[in-house]
Amino acid sequence: MPVRNGEREERSKELLARLQDKLGSYLVRSELSLGDAEVEISAESAGEFFRLLKLDSELGFNVFLDVTAVDWMDSRDERFELVYHLMSHPRLDRIRVKISLPESSPKVASVAELWAAANFMEREVYDMYGIDFIGHPDQRRILMYDEFTGYPLRKDYPVQGKQPRIPLRSPEVENTARQMNRESLSSGLVQIGQGRIEQDLSGQQLGGQQLGGQRRAEG
Amino acid sequence: MSEGGELLNIDYGVGGVTTEMRPRQEGDDLHSDTMILNLGPAHPATHGTVRIVAELSGEKILNADVEVGYLHRGFEKMCETVTYNQVMPYADRLNYVSPIINNVGWCLTVEKLLGIEVPKRAQYVRVVMSELSRVCDHLTCLGASAMELGAFTVMLYMMQAREYLWELIEEVTGARLTISYGRVGGLKDDLPADFHEKMKSAFRGIRKHLENCDRLLTRNRIFIDRMCDVAPLTCEQVMQYGITGPLGRASGFDYDVRRDFPYSSYEDFEFEVPLGEKGDNYDRFLVRFQELFQSLRICEQAMEQMPKGDISVEDPRIVLSPKDEVYNSIDGMINHFEMVIFGVKPPKGDVYIPVEGGNGELGFYTVSDGTGRPYKVHVRAPSFIHMGAVREMLIGQTIADVVPTFGMVNMIGGECDR
Repeated sequence: MPVRNGEREERSKELLARLQDKLGSYLVRSELSLGDAEVEISAESAGEFFRLLKLDSELGFNVFLDVTAVDWMDSRDERFELVYHLMSHPRLDRIRVKISLPESSPKVASVAELWAAANFMEREVYDMYGIDFIGHPDQRRILMYDEFTGYPLRKDYPVQGKQPRIPLRSPEVENTARQMNRESLSSGLVQIGQGRIEQDLSGQQLGGQQLGGQRRAEG
Repeated sequence: MSEGGELLNIDYGVGGVTTEMRPRQEGDDLHSDTMILNLGPAHPATHGTVRIVAELSGEKILNADVEVGYLHRGFEKMCETVTYNQVMPYADRLNYVSPIINNVGWCLTVEKLLGIEVPKRAQYVRVVMSELSRVCDHLTCLGASAMELGAFTVMLYMMQAREYLWELIEEVTGARLTISYGRVGGLKDDLPADFHEKMKSAFRGIRKHLENCDRLLTRNRIFIDRMCDVAPLTCEQVMQYGITGPLGRASGFDYDVRRDFPYSSYEDFEFEVPLGEKGDNYDRFLVRFQELFQSLRICEQAMEQMPKGDISVEDPRIVLSPKDEVYNSIDGMINHFEMVIFGVKPPKGDVYIPVEGGNGELGFYTVSDGTGRPYKVHVRAPSFIHMGAVREMLIGQTIADVVPTFGMVNMIGGECDR
């Protein structure tokens, strides 16, 4: 059943009542925000709260839509605010969950185990705001590159901020070496690049692993 | 995958999701060590800059790491420095294949903050233009994917069909690709007088081309062999990965923002939401293909029922005053100045609005601090979220399947990397 514009507020109210009933002890604040259901929870209870939010049969928030953060700088006691959006299907409830985090140690439990979608999205929040997701299976930068310093979407990162160019790197190795098994990596590369090794003029002993960078530099 | 050998849970440490995989054994395709292969970021078959590092055994993909971000331009940071209306051209450059949908999404977000609703006619025009955009989006996706599998004719037919639409869009907005047609509180311009007639004739052309494409592809042995049973996702997986839009519906995830959370008067129109069963690439193709016809249907209904009236709200604090007022009266001049320099000032608050983009739920989350510039803008970009599932899709497939799978995911660089 579609949720029409006029019904949204009613449905949000009903959802908030259901939440209050089921998970009332977790809620720091719950309110209607322009017709949408919005709750706030504490960072410590996040893991448990989200688990129940997904697994409780009367809530069943099975679609993780979005997570982002807001940097409030000095205007609030706790600088960062995480904002989650979730949906239950086919019931079509929507909820916004907020968690405030202090500037000193912004960290919260990862929900990537509950919703695989959170994996990429939490990486983005980490990348842009430097918020630590405890238990995230693979927390590294996603939109920016590894050598980037700072967190670009924080309000104290300058809009025109520039960072030095990074040195050329061999794409085959840099990122993969970290993740993939070293042995298979080098053998694979030697197979690809064997023909090129003799052509190197620098006199350096070139392992297969440097080849990618070398090729780029030549091209 | 399952024949021979027991299944083991191996965590290859990439992406963190443990995948069931059979260890390589004698008798496999190529009895040698695995190979790491880099695809991209500038690969001719990946329309968009994305890098896939695949670990291969012979032709089979054992593991993959999908790297995005090569087109990151700092959309969200830029938006914090401009007025609400100035975000429009940036929003165009998210999903540049269907820019009007982005415009509409952003407009609705700000309008919700302002607590206004645009006139019915504006809502209908937004629907028409959104659906035209969606058709362009799907045509580009299907045409390019077909071409990558060798069906060059299909690509040309679809580009021709898209050309009809672009001409139509050009008539209305004056631009073809990055259109900036939306305005907070309404639209840039009304439709031209002969729009309906021109749309009808364009649709006749499109339908003819689609019929040809259908004949060329849908029952084509080569196409079916390449698409069927490739990179399937179950409905469960799709929900796990937050996949929406045609990609989700191909796996049977029955969710369409236009139907389930109607915005901009979508509830006035009749249309169906096509669903797939197997969730493989072929289903994804079929779902997109059917959606083309549904979008055409919505456009026709909207044009037939098009109400008369204004295309913008009448509030000089939200939309620019008409030019004769600006030049001939002092309040008109002041309003114009205020609008251009300070812009719309929504009250404090935050809001999230989803619309059905070309690829899935496109959501805008924005925080207003009461000034003329957004305090925070965030886009829920479907392409980005779908890229999170590409690893899952690719594992177990062959290297040749990367291209059609990637084509069907329809990752749009501008939207994915923002």
